[in-house]
Amino acid sequence: MSKIKQKHIHNKYLRQKKKFPHVWCPGCSNGIVMGAIMRAVGELEWRRTNTTMVSGIGCSSRMPVYVDFNTLHSLHGRAIAYATGIKMYKPKMDVMVVTGDGDATAIGGNHFIHAARRNINLTVILINNNIYGMTGGQYSPTTPTGDKATTTPYGNLDPTFDICELAMGAGATFVARTSAYHAVETQSFIKQGLEHKGFALIEVISACPVIYGKLNKKGDASKMMRQMKENIIPVKSFEALTENERENKLKRGIFRKEIKPEYTAVYDKLIDSLKPEDGEK
Amino acid sequence: MKSSDKMILMQGNEAVARGAIDAGVDFFGGYPITPSTEIAEILSAELPKIGGKFIQMEDEIAGISSIIGASLAGAKAMTATSGPGFSLMMEGIGFAKITETPCVVVNVMRGGPSTGLPTKPSQSDIMQSRWGNHGDAPAIVLYPDSVKEIYELTIRAVNLSEKYRTCVVLLLDEVLGHMREAVVLPDLEKVKIVNRIKPTVPPEWYKHYQDKPKYIHPMASYGEGYRFHVTGLAHDACGFPTNRADEVKIMMDRLRKKITHHLKDLIQVENFQMEDAKTAIFAAGITARAAKTAVEKLRKSGKKIGLIRPLTIWPFPDEAIKEYFKDVNTIIVPELSQGQMLGEIQRVMGGIWNINTSKTKRIIPIQKCNGELITPDDIVNKVKEVR
Repeated sequence: MSKIKQKHIHNKYLRQKKKFPHVWCPGCSNGIVMGAIMRAVGELEWRRTNTTMVSGIGCSSRMPVYVDFNTLHSLHGRAIAYATGIKMYKPKMDVMVVTGDGDATAIGGNHFIHAARRNINLTVILINNNIYGMTGGQYSPTTPTGDKATTTPYGNLDPTFDICELAMGAGATFVARTSAYHAVETQSFIKQGLEHKGFALIEVISACPVIYGKLNKKGDASKMMRQMKENIIPVKSFEALTENERENKLKRGIFRKEIKPEYTAVYDKLIDSLKPEDGEK
Repeated sequence: MKSSDKMILMQGNEAVARGAIDAGVDFFGGYPITPSTEIAEILSAELPKIGGKFIQMEDEIAGISSIIGASLAGAKAMTATSGPGFSLMMEGIGFAKITETPCVVVNVMRGGPSTGLPTKPSQSDIMQSRWGNHGDAPAIVLYPDSVKEIYELTIRAVNLSEKYRTCVVLLLDEVLGHMREAVVLPDLEKVKIVNRIKPTVPPEWYKHYQDKPKYIHPMASYGEGYRFHVTGLAHDACGFPTNRADEVKIMMDRLRKKITHHLKDLIQVENFQMEDAKTAIFAAGITARAAKTAVEKLRKSGKKIGLIRPLTIWPFPDEAIKEYFKDVNTIIVPELSQGQMLGEIQRVMGGIWNINTSKTKRIIPIQKCNGELITPDDIVNKVKEVR
């Protein structure tokens, strides 16, 4: 995409005059993901009026205020439930959810798995920074075991969630993972997720140098980017590794893409089947 | 469905479902819980027939979240629950209030606290319906006493939520939800239906929150060309987050004033034989029905007694109570709780009124919270006992 076109997309989709500067820390990956979302929507030429972005609470969940769609910054953990109400009532509307690891898989875990089970046509963009950033660095369900957080002064005892496995287990029909370092891939996966008719999860591993990185001595933003480049590898490369070599590595790619009946379409069929036939009253 | 002049046997929960559909409700999201479940069951069958949407969510939190989402997309949206589910919905109710998003929550009250008495009546969620969500925000809560009135107040609840852009709660007693009564429903053409005011300005001028006129302001829905931001954070007129004291004050004042400026429209009180009464009963819901029978019995024996029954329990009918009770010397407050309404009556009547003690200006509580109802005889006997 040319620079001119990119600038045009940013002008079109950002609430530039109203809501900047943003709240995110220096080196945060959220802006990269927001850019990818806008470019994906731009490529699809979606109408802003027909596009809704819903979020919960957390760093990534502050995103809706900056973009010029229909936007809803809902309650902690509940973004997918709010989005379900919107999508169910207006199935023709394009609805995406921007959420984080704590928002979607701790407090909002119930809504996450059930929306995946229903296969309702929502695109969930989950920015996983391995920490609760907004509240200052407490451990989340994806903080690696042994890592430091402000509530794991002796190292994290909890095993971690594999969010993509969780989504697939619950029945999601599009599941992908990438990282903010792989910005072009992020944009491509988001675009495919937006196009997908069914529940789509795109997990984007992100860098939080100011809180998670500092607590765990991961270095500055550029160093964390390099680590994402080296450690988050394509599925094929990952599978070629031995068990020992896989430590600290994470696979990226599209793990599932399949077509199954979509929830709102199934419900609309029910409505059609209940319509009285001609002549019948 | 046409219901002209036909008497039908109807259950209270069924009347909620019927009233909801007649009021234009086209979205229900909820979670099963005794004793409210029939409302969801009936709407799951009826809503898709009229092109509406029903969804059984994974819990009550999801239920309230889904109806707020649907309402933002333009639905008239409702959920129904009981005590434990009502507790879970509190954060969402606060969100509907601060974002001024219309929706209706029906709470068919059962005994508490906690799981309590799932199949027994109780009136102990009155305070929760007012103060349950954290933070300051007034509440509109309606409280019917018969199946017919459940139908009417369900429609009114939807109307008020649309007009005032807020979450309206309908409180039902468990026995009213499950009781069947013969009712004659009004002709649909005569039922007053209120829809939210739509903006007429061009999208770039639209503000999601305005103070004028009289705090009743237009509301756009998602997908209509008005792109706006909704957040549970304190916000400015456009809906964008703010922590500027002056802007937060405007928001908080509006949330309060849109209720306090419309008390006449919101408050409904029934007065029964109060003309010459020296003793007055203040009771709501099913307990008011027992009280009505008690009044009739006591009147026959010459007792000058009457009843005041709030159809709107919040905002509390302070002025009506002061007016009706200015010439009485005894107020009886029967309720299925440990004194939730009693405290309000004491607040309204002031310090010179005492519980039980003085001969004049006394308040006599009658309270039961063991799952049983207060009977007419309970009230008659108490009145005779205290003279």
